Amino acid sequence: MAEAQPTLTNPKPAISAPLPPNPDPILNKTITEELVRKHGLLPDEYELIRRSLGREPTLTELGIFSVMWSEHCSYKNSRRLLKGFPTEKSGETKGFGRVLVKAGEENAGIIDVGNGWAVAFKIESHNHPSAVEPFEGAATGVGGIIRDIFTMGARPVLLTDSLRFGDLSSPVTKRLLRGVVAGIAHYGNCVGVPTVGGDVYFDPSYEGNPLVNALCLGVLRHDQIRLGKATGVGNPVYYVGAATGRDGLGGASFASRELSEASAADRPAVQKGDPFMEKLLIEACLEMMAVPGLVVGIQDMGAAGLTCSTCETASRGGAGIEIELDRVPQRESGMNSYEIMLSESQERMLVIVQRGREPEIEAIFAKWDLHASNIGTVTDTGRMLVTQHGVPVADIPAPVLTDQAPLYSRDALEPPSLAITQAWTPAALADLDAAGARAALPRLLGHPTIASKRWIYRQYDHMVQHGTVVLPGSDAGVVRLRLGKKQKFIAISNDCNGRYCALNPRRGAMIAMAECLRNLACTGAAPLAMTDNLNFGNPYKPENFFQLGECVSGLSEVCRFFDVPVVGGNVSLYNESPAGAIDPTPTVAVVGLIEKERQVTRQFVRSSAEKLILLGGAPFELGGSQYLGVIHGLKTGDAPAVDLAAEKALDEFLLGQIKAGRRIRAAHDLSEGGLLVAVAEMLFAPAPAEGAAPPAFGAVLDLTPFAAPRLDALLFGESQGRIVVAVKDEGPVLEAAAAAGIPASLIGRVTRGRTLSVSAGPFSARWKVAELRRVWETSIESAMARPGLD
Amino acid sequence: MKVAVLQFPGSNCDQDAFHIFASGLRLPTRYVWHKDTFLGEADLVVIPGGFSYGDYLRCGAIARFSPVMAAVREYAAQGGLVFAICNGFQIACEAGLLPGALIRNSSLEFRCLTCELRVEDSTESFNAGALGATVRVPIAHGEGNYRIDEAGLARLEANRQILFRYIHNPNGSISGIAGIRNEQGNVFGMMPHPERAFERFHSSRDGLAVAKAVLATRFPEFSAKSAVPVVPV
Repeated sequence: MAEAQPTLTNPKPAISAPLPPNPDPILNKTITEELVRKHGLLPDEYELIRRSLGREPTLTELGIFSVMWSEHCSYKNSRRLLKGFPTEKSGETKGFGRVLVKAGEENAGIIDVGNGWAVAFKIESHNHPSAVEPFEGAATGVGGIIRDIFTMGARPVLLTDSLRFGDLSSPVTKRLLRGVVAGIAHYGNCVGVPTVGGDVYFDPSYEGNPLVNALCLGVLRHDQIRLGKATGVGNPVYYVGAATGRDGLGGASFASRELSEASAADRPAVQKGDPFMEKLLIEACLEMMAVPGLVVGIQDMGAAGLTCSTCETASRGGAGIEIELDRVPQRESGMNSYEIMLSESQERMLVIVQRGREPEIEAIFAKWDLHASNIGTVTDTGRMLVTQHGVPVADIPAPVLTDQAPLYSRDALEPPSLAITQAWTPAALADLDAAGARAALPRLLGHPTIASKRWIYRQYDHMVQHGTVVLPGSDAGVVRLRLGKKQKFIAISNDCNGRYCALNPRRGAMIAMAECLRNLACTGAAPLAMTDNLNFGNPYKPENFFQLGECVSGLSEVCRFFDVPVVGGNVSLYNESPAGAIDPTPTVAVVGLIEKERQVTRQFVRSSAEKLILLGGAPFELGGSQYLGVIHGLKTGDAPAVDLAAEKALDEFLLGQIKAGRRIRAAHDLSEGGLLVAVAEMLFAPAPAEGAAPPAFGAVLDLTPFAAPRLDALLFGESQGRIVVAVKDEGPVLEAAAAAGIPASLIGRVTRGRTLSVSAGPFSARWKVAELRRVWETSIESAMARPGLD
Repeated sequence: MKVAVLQFPGSNCDQDAFHIFASGLRLPTRYVWHKDTFLGEADLVVIPGGFSYGDYLRCGAIARFSPVMAAVREYAAQGGLVFAICNGFQIACEAGLLPGALIRNSSLEFRCLTCELRVEDSTESFNAGALGATVRVPIAHGEGNYRIDEAGLARLEANRQILFRYIHNPNGSISGIAGIRNEQGNVFGMMPHPERAFERFHSSRDGLAVAKAVLATRFPEFSAKSAVPVVPV
């Protein structure tokens, strides 16, 4: 591995006078190499700290640097790659879609949805805390992302989660799944923001290192946008929300290391959440921000808590900030400056208030029975000055901590195994016979990655705020936005198939994004913007850095091609367990807009008069498929090919058809499990109520015209760019598709019968739909059953 | 006809409850903060769902001490109409406005799904024409398992105080009870959320009929024959 060469781009004048001794003698240690290493800093980085301070840092300052320069806060190993993302629309916007706040500038990006309204959204990971303590880890992940949204001035209106776990048959996975789901439910349900969707994959590569990526979206008027900037010399700095305790000490640096057997000893680094406090904070902060001119700047205290919020607001505002730790509300007595500055206690915010208006903010927080403590002042020094008991304990130029954190390009090396797996062909693999095909469909439908996620989402309040239009379980979640007297609909889709990314990182990432866009098209939504969560292994390992670079470049390409900007996201590296790195998982979430309620489309067939049309043709790829994994135990081949022009034409065609009238009764994209799984899922419309009979439809498919070279690839291959639509009258849709150059074939019809029948040349098979549904619906439920409980 | 929706710290269905009355039924509706000691002019007081005080200690156990609850007790004692939903139902039980208690679901998990409820033989004015009909209303709770002692249950039955029973019991409630009224017939409580079943895109619009049925016990103009119709059995 090459030596990384940190550079200081714009050295500030040195502050060479040493600070007086810290009031807590324990903090007056000499900084040794050992201490530097324990803080996760490289010797070169320590040198850079000394140079920028012009003296040795104090232990408190070393702690501050260790969190601010951790991967979690500084993106030091990924920031150069992320610069490739388009953060603005290049084409013209028609009434909506303009980027109002860009990625990286603030806590979350903001996109115009028209009529003077906007949405703020972002995804963020809480992987390591969830691995060590799944309930609190997942709960605080939800809490953290909600704060990122309301700090922008937006009212949070939906949550989604991208979750990855190991094999569900393992007791460890069951414990993690139960804990993570309960944690998300605990926080999201109490705080009153509906969890309307997400995606969940089960794969052995996540064994011991689950992924928990939580997304929140909020809605606001353009004039309600608030920024995390400290400006106006003399303006008071307020601390609002929960008191500071010793919990979560150094969580950001904890998240920037590999998990090891010793990680359980890191439990104190996992924070504990209080969703009730968060609910009060949301209401009090939104009430405060609604007062014109009262709030100058606001930022949540997330990773690196008080440290990050003070130096980031100062740095963005081009100002300095001074805080006095004695005025910080504390949960425990005797906390020293190191502990207070590094605590990651949850549900805290930093607010810069217009000078002279202190009584107004204090009155609002008193109404909600919350702390609002004046802890300091905005200055013109450009430095972050922290004092305790009247003694300066840290004095650092703010930009050194934020913009001038070292940036690295690590060595990237394509793992030699990729060329081998990509060259794989199914030639040596026996094709399915009729009996094998009959057995394969229920096995795929029962695999927890494909099976119904009802066991999970029935634990989430997905209806609170009474705006959920498309409930969890369809291609994308849809929520109604009340925009003054108007209403519009927001659709959201999360996706990332780590299996594809492992086999071909660039294509896998492109597929993740393309699938989200296809899901949105199936729901009737035009894409607005995307947010991504890059989950990878240790970047110091060249094959991991190769994957990261390839995935980022693949995502960028799709974003540019579709003119869908990136409005923010998160990078989570060091996702490794003793068994190795996870499959690269660049989780993508794309948000789309639906202007009219009648355009909202679901994946379920609605009547027996409907015909089924396959849009996008039938290439016969098998590589990377769930079929290979579930039936043959293989994770091999190349990821399916991606044709962006064809994807874009397909999405636009479907959207056009949906907008044109009531032609499209249902639409479902082909993904894991391929054609047959997609058609089966279209028949699984949920029952209208718990315990009531679900709508009973069958289908008859004739796939003979495709003249498939292999039955397995025809039925279960995962070629991209394909959608099945249900229509009343196939004629107009087929004609329109022909005119648009979209491959379209009538593949069958919906029946009143109870079976799914498929023929393809000599092959024919029938399945009882009720039996397929039972397998699909109860798979996760029975794996998670606890005898003796209902 | 004026509706007052209470707001406790941690209420999170207050806006939903506001909207079913304000937008769904087009009634003048306003919020009342829990620290207020007067309800103001109100023909119906709604105690909405959520996690008042974080559900700490026990669901509803702290909210019942909020200043506004003294006013609600006084209002109910004078015959005022009270409609308590989900966490509101838990608060009403804790406050002694309704008998019984709500404990953790028998699954020990939160449940969010749409339930079918059978309209029970309660007051004539509540279920006029709808006795035995089924309504579909969502639930979303972790502690909706209704409990009452045998004598209490017998009294509920004898006084026809049971409003709804679950057709498929989602939480282990005794006798499948989903909602009850007090003996006097002016305080109504239920775990399911009628305020999540009134928009065109909701899984059902039966919530409107339920809200109207509560109003109809006092205001006959809401007792249209088609008020609680809904899914034929």
